[in-house]
Amino acid sequence: MSLLDVRNLSLAIHGTPILHDVSLTLEAGRILGVIGESGSGKSMTAFSTMQLLPQGAEPTGQILLDGQDILTRTERDMCSVRGREIGMVFQEPMTALNPLKRIGDQVAETITQHERVPRRAAMERAADALRRAELPPEKFPMSRFPHELSGGQRQRVVIAMAIALRPRLLIADEPTTALDVTTQAQILALLKKLVREEGMGLMMISHDLAVVADMADEIAIMQKGRVVETGPAETLFCEMRHPYSKALLAASTHAPERGSEVAETPLLEVRKVRRSYALPAKTPFGARREIEAVKGVSFTLKRGESLGLVGESGCGKSTLTRAILGLEEVQSGEIALAGAPVFTGHKPNPEVRRKMQVVFQDPYGSFNPRHRVARLVAEPFHLLPDTPRAERDSAVAEALEAVGLSAADGAKYIHEFSGGQRQRIAIARALITRPELILLDEAVSALDVQVRAQILDLLADLSDRFGLSYLFISHDLSVVRSITDRVLVMKSGEIVEEGPTEQVFDSPQHPYTQALVAAAPVLPDDVAA
Amino acid sequence: MSHSQTDTAAPTEQGTLAAALRNRNLILGGLLTLVFLGAALLSFLWVPYDVTQMAIANKIKPPYADHLLGTDHYGRDILSMLMVGARTSIAVAVLAVGIGMVIGVPLGLWAAAKRGSLLDEVIMRGNDLVFAFPSLVIAVMITAAFGPSATNAIVAIGIFNIPVFARITRSGALTLWNRDFILAARVAGKGSARISFEHILPNVLNLLIVQGTIQFSLGILAEAGLSYVGLGAQPPTPSWGRMLADSQTFISFAPHMALFPGLAILLTVLGLNLMGDGLRDLFDPKLRRGRT
Amino acid sequence: MLRFTLTRLLSLCLSLAVASVVIFAAIEVLPGDPASIMLGVNAQPDTLAALRAELGLDQPMAARYLDWIGGLLQGDFGISYTYRTPVVEMIGDRLAVSLPLALFSLALTVVIAFPVGIWAAARRGSVADVAIMGLTQLGVAIPNFWFAMLMVLVFAINLQWFSAGGFAGWDAGLFPALKSLTLPAIALALPQASILARVMRSALLDTLSEDFIRTARAKGLSRREALWRHALRNALIPVLTIIGMQFSFLLAGGIIIENVFYLPGLGRLIFQAISARDLIVVESVVMLLVFAVIVVNFLVELAYAAVDPRLRAR
Repeated sequence: MSLLDVRNLSLAIHGTPILHDVSLTLEAGRILGVIGESGSGKSMTAFSTMQLLPQGAEPTGQILLDGQDILTRTERDMCSVRGREIGMVFQEPMTALNPLKRIGDQVAETITQHERVPRRAAMERAADALRRAELPPEKFPMSRFPHELSGGQRQRVVIAMAIALRPRLLIADEPTTALDVTTQAQILALLKKLVREEGMGLMMISHDLAVVADMADEIAIMQKGRVVETGPAETLFCEMRHPYSKALLAASTHAPERGSEVAETPLLEVRKVRRSYALPAKTPFGARREIEAVKGVSFTLKRGESLGLVGESGCGKSTLTRAILGLEEVQSGEIALAGAPVFTGHKPNPEVRRKMQVVFQDPYGSFNPRHRVARLVAEPFHLLPDTPRAERDSAVAEALEAVGLSAADGAKYIHEFSGGQRQRIAIARALITRPELILLDEAVSALDVQVRAQILDLLADLSDRFGLSYLFISHDLSVVRSITDRVLVMKSGEIVEEGPTEQVFDSPQHPYTQALVAAAPVLPDDVAA
Repeated sequence: MSHSQTDTAAPTEQGTLAAALRNRNLILGGLLTLVFLGAALLSFLWVPYDVTQMAIANKIKPPYADHLLGTDHYGRDILSMLMVGARTSIAVAVLAVGIGMVIGVPLGLWAAAKRGSLLDEVIMRGNDLVFAFPSLVIAVMITAAFGPSATNAIVAIGIFNIPVFARITRSGALTLWNRDFILAARVAGKGSARISFEHILPNVLNLLIVQGTIQFSLGILAEAGLSYVGLGAQPPTPSWGRMLADSQTFISFAPHMALFPGLAILLTVLGLNLMGDGLRDLFDPKLRRGRT
Repeated sequence: MLRFTLTRLLSLCLSLAVASVVIFAAIEVLPGDPASIMLGVNAQPDTLAALRAELGLDQPMAARYLDWIGGLLQGDFGISYTYRTPVVEMIGDRLAVSLPLALFSLALTVVIAFPVGIWAAARRGSVADVAIMGLTQLGVAIPNFWFAMLMVLVFAINLQWFSAGGFAGWDAGLFPALKSLTLPAIALALPQASILARVMRSALLDTLSEDFIRTARAKGLSRREALWRHALRNALIPVLTIIGMQFSFLLAGGIIIENVFYLPGLGRLIFQAISARDLIVVESVVMLLVFAVIVVNFLVELAYAAVDPRLRAR
């Protein structure tokens, strides 16, 4: 008898079908990876197993935990199952903990909820759970509040809560998506260790093929509420049958074709740039403290080049991006585009700015919802001397067509477009002033893998057609690898390594780059090839 | 799920009208508001009886066919007085909301544009300070200086509205300033004043409309309170609060004199509040899924 | 926490100082000379001058401000222009009515609003929830002085459970005194309780949709346990803000309600003082009300910090 046996699970919420005939099995001590893009129903499968579904949800079928059907249990029964027999870890560690309660108390609550034990004993067992989650109370006192911990540490608290009573089944819903790549590797290793040592079954839900491929024993691929492919992890990638799984795999390893014509003339020159921020003083009359976000960074981007800038959150890459765009003045150093400084005096120079545009990460937040697409795309015209109306209109139409949309789309509002289409519109907006350089600030990070592959192709194509150079800022090593010629690695405000992309990834020199490359989850070699 | 979003377009806003028609709060509130607006407008053209005309012989009559809502202690028709009184209430509340918006909204936008600066701090502390003077206290001070009048009520309620609008504008604007589309506008070389009016203001308008209806209803209540204690509109201008003050002496044997003005206030305020709730649900799709 | 308290305290003192200047300036720049009003139109110039000197009105404005504020700090509010008695005594007598009334109604507000708001939030979408929301919608819209009049009509005139107005005085004993404050307190509290219940409900619903509630449920807490143990305290921040604002409404609203019930409180005093142009009394009462509001807001901010460790850390 399997630990978890989901049989023909279907789910509708307020009459809208979400899951169709989902069947999955998981043995104790094994890891089941559930992969899918957004809307595939992978999270709803997890929440069905916990019976933590939104109101109006009607599940049918069977979810057998040790042969007992969870769907037939009462809510009261389920309360004694959750936390004791099934533990769960969530995606967003920053919001998953009660901000007003100490972490020790939050972990101990799992124990006191299910067993009548004195507080002291519960606290001791909570300390033990934290130790198993590798957040030892000796180093991180249990009296801390969540806001005193980093994202990775908070995720360890959530894991400690989930494993405190040694449940037989652990469900992890995108547990590392919100974390940096090195933290991700640590959390994944921890989960793997817990499964092996404690004999739990782990249902691991992710949108990232590589993450799952690294650790799962069995893999299930979901699409639109259906399981389209299942199999053992070792063989699944080679023996895929369903066209969707194949497309997903192809997109995950997709590298766009690029014509590489890099000139030797420098386009963007960054020289010894420093930027620090003042922090509020600790005592009312104490000295103000400063934090140095960028500590004397220098690099050159050549004409026609695609340059990557990788680093984890807080490394200073966002600050550097803003400085290059002329949004923030730097304390010292120079930033010049085609020989002209971005700042003249204390004012950004519009002549320089027009040659440089940007595409942001969030396709939902980067457009004013109240303006039509044509007006959104035309916004950078503000940088140019007055352009006649007709000229603007034709430029907008041209830009929209260049990114694969039609001129008629200019009359629509942004909410009428999907995430991928919005990112195309963002690129059209960046193209409108005929720039020489486009900064891509995590521009494909929020997209599903297949859409991401399309956008990468588009970027490669535009670069060839318009002779564009890119500065590609990202935390995602695989994306940077597929589209850049050269790469810079940034850590704590400094560039620690720079070189041709292949070389940096294949034989990293700096210990940090080595750690970064080692931490990045990769698909098995024979698949990627 | 912040990291993986559905690659399909969000539902269009074409459903707005349909959603508005399904919104019970909005319909009921809108109807109530229309009735009182209509009554106030109609009173300029026609009222059943002249409200300045006293008819002592006909005084304190309970509702009957000639006087649908009865007469007061001077024999004036209560229905006519309510209709004319609606003008005062609406005028005071509208002007007070106007004062609050015209001064408060730019202040809030300005504070948000310079967020974290000394200017922001000064504006917000100034707001807190004004907030410490309830509108009644402001009215008391103004009355002590210039004597009671309807203008007095408008200014007092208006001043109190300023920090309300400044705060809501600032907090709405602050979340917007973190959005990427503002960054995009800055990359396009636009300054903070231009961004405030072109990008921020249109996006906080919903908030302001909802808050506007709430302050409108609070204004009606406040005006009634001020008139009741004699700090608002002065006789012979009819006002709902004043009618209630007059009715107090007769309450034991002529409760209708107190009943109808009070109901008028209650229903107007109720209508505006329902409309405000309805508008908020309409504007905020997250709330549209039944949180009222 | 110390830093937080100190900075808040500093800003409290600053607010009070600015508020006092505003009040003083607003009242002092008025047209009309209190001395001539007190003595009437036919007063002799020399008696007028003597009275002006006695009241300190011949001093320059800055000196009078410092004099006034210095007196306030020592508990000396000056002498009433009309009654020639110390203002502090007049205010003290009236405060013995107004303050208990405000506190009584605040207590009623909280005692009504919390259970109702929590109850409605726990049963979101049920018939009971819809009914409560409808009732509170009415409660928010009702003018409190009209509600007070209706209560007088029903409970004092018809049922004769309470007297229609007046204050028994604290000398008459606690129970009679509280009894004469009961109807006014209910009239003040009902609309505010409706507002607070709505705020409580929506703050709870917002908190209940947070991620950490889902985490708590995954630990095996029932919906109700998650509400009581995790949501309630988190929902308290917006609720505290509203309670702070309500205190100022209750104080100010008290001025009107005192008129309905003929209570000898600050409200009645302020109206008498205005009509007699007894500016020093108006000034002092206004300052007292503003002082109370500012102090209450200070306490609310301290309460935030007690609830939320993130604020303490700053």
